[in-house]
Amino acid sequence: MDLRGLVDSFFNVRIMLDYLPALARGLLVTVEIAALSLGMGLSLGLVLAVVRVAIKRKSNPRLVRWLNIPLSLYVDSMRALPPLVTLVVVYFALPYLGVFISRFWSAVLVFVLVLAAFASEIFRAGIESVGFGQTEASRALGLSYLQTMRYVLVPQAFRVALPPLTSRMISITKDVSLASVIGVSDLLKEAKLGIANTYNTSPLIAAAILFTLLFLPLVRLSMYVERRLQQ
Amino acid sequence: MNEFIHNFFNAEIMAKSWKIIGIGLSNTVQLAAVSLVTAAILGLFLAVVRGLKIRAINLLIVIYVDFFRALPTIVLFMVVYYMLPFFGISLPLFWAAVMALTINGAAYFEEIFRAGIEAIDRGQWEAAHALGLTFPMTMRYVILPQAIRIVIPPATSNSLELVKTTVLASVISMPDLLYKAQQAAGLWYNPTPLILAALIFLVMLWPLVRLTSYLERRMA
Repeated sequence: MDLRGLVDSFFNVRIMLDYLPALARGLLVTVEIAALSLGMGLSLGLVLAVVRVAIKRKSNPRLVRWLNIPLSLYVDSMRALPPLVTLVVVYFALPYLGVFISRFWSAVLVFVLVLAAFASEIFRAGIESVGFGQTEASRALGLSYLQTMRYVLVPQAFRVALPPLTSRMISITKDVSLASVIGVSDLLKEAKLGIANTYNTSPLIAAAILFTLLFLPLVRLSMYVERRLQQ
Repeated sequence: MNEFIHNFFNAEIMAKSWKIIGIGLSNTVQLAAVSLVTAAILGLFLAVVRGLKIRAINLLIVIYVDFFRALPTIVLFMVVYYMLPFFGISLPLFWAAVMALTINGAAYFEEIFRAGIEAIDRGQWEAAHALGLTFPMTMRYVILPQAIRIVIPPATSNSLELVKTTVLASVISMPDLLYKAQQAAGLWYNPTPLILAALIFLVMLWPLVRLTSYLERRMA
């Protein structure tokens, strides 16, 4: 095998260094999208979970309980659709609906929608896993419904939700690189530009190394969290 | 409203694009079916090998699993796509996609199967050993049949993720459902084919989503 050629076209240090500033810019965009999506997606997911639990209470009139149908429709479709398909559809469809937002915000919108759907399921399972006696006890102590949620159920739900939540957060952050498909100048997009400019694959390998350095600690952390909480 | 229907649920374009999209759908189904099998087999193999507890080999498996769990799958697809020709391997796009999905999927399946195997009580190993069973026999007749029950919920959810990941093949221009839908949308300058593709994915994967939820709830 041509080792020299391999190093030259995939691990060309000179080209990697040339493109490092561009890749760093791309990495910053990736981190921005990830941070925005995580912040908004998790908040929206928690709100959705609380709302869904509240809606489904047996004491509600039937009409209120029916509100659960559109919500679970949304959650299920986000779980069934590949995020790339959602991204492409949203990016193509929005202008036809007269909505013009940048590629960057289209990407953020999609990742928020996807993460919120998954997070709401995880939080909901967490809330529902707390024994009903806790709700009764809170009631007996005179806590309102919202106070019960805020001070009793949600804090305990977090513990149960943490392992699946961290792994879902990692998978959404990895999905941020899909934004390059609709032309967001993220890390992967910069790497592709680098390949096109140099006819050399080293920028892509450099990007892969950066991605790995970014995510490896997170993967280890999520495994640690999983193991810790299992005990 | 008319404009909305014209743009997103255009019956004429749905009919016209069905031929193109049908090809993509068939490719997606084949890709998903083949990669599910190869990824699950490789994952199971790695998990069983890890059960041998040979330190050097286990270290390699851990590095493999961690690395591919950390690397975004789309990057892996592109690396496979660019690197294969260099090694003189000219795989058809379909098999390049299978390769990327297998490498990635096996990392997740390994974790799932390993957790299942480790969940089996140590006493079972000892008893099998005392009965004179070899390692392969213990795995085959004692450990795996019990591990399967624990493994089914996470393996189902991982299979769902793997099927969803097949759309990344469109990025290396493998003519899958998404690729063909984008082609049709560009051809008639109308997003209807994309909506159609999304609906097809929903119909295909909805049962799997429900099944995943059901299994997770039953286990909990």
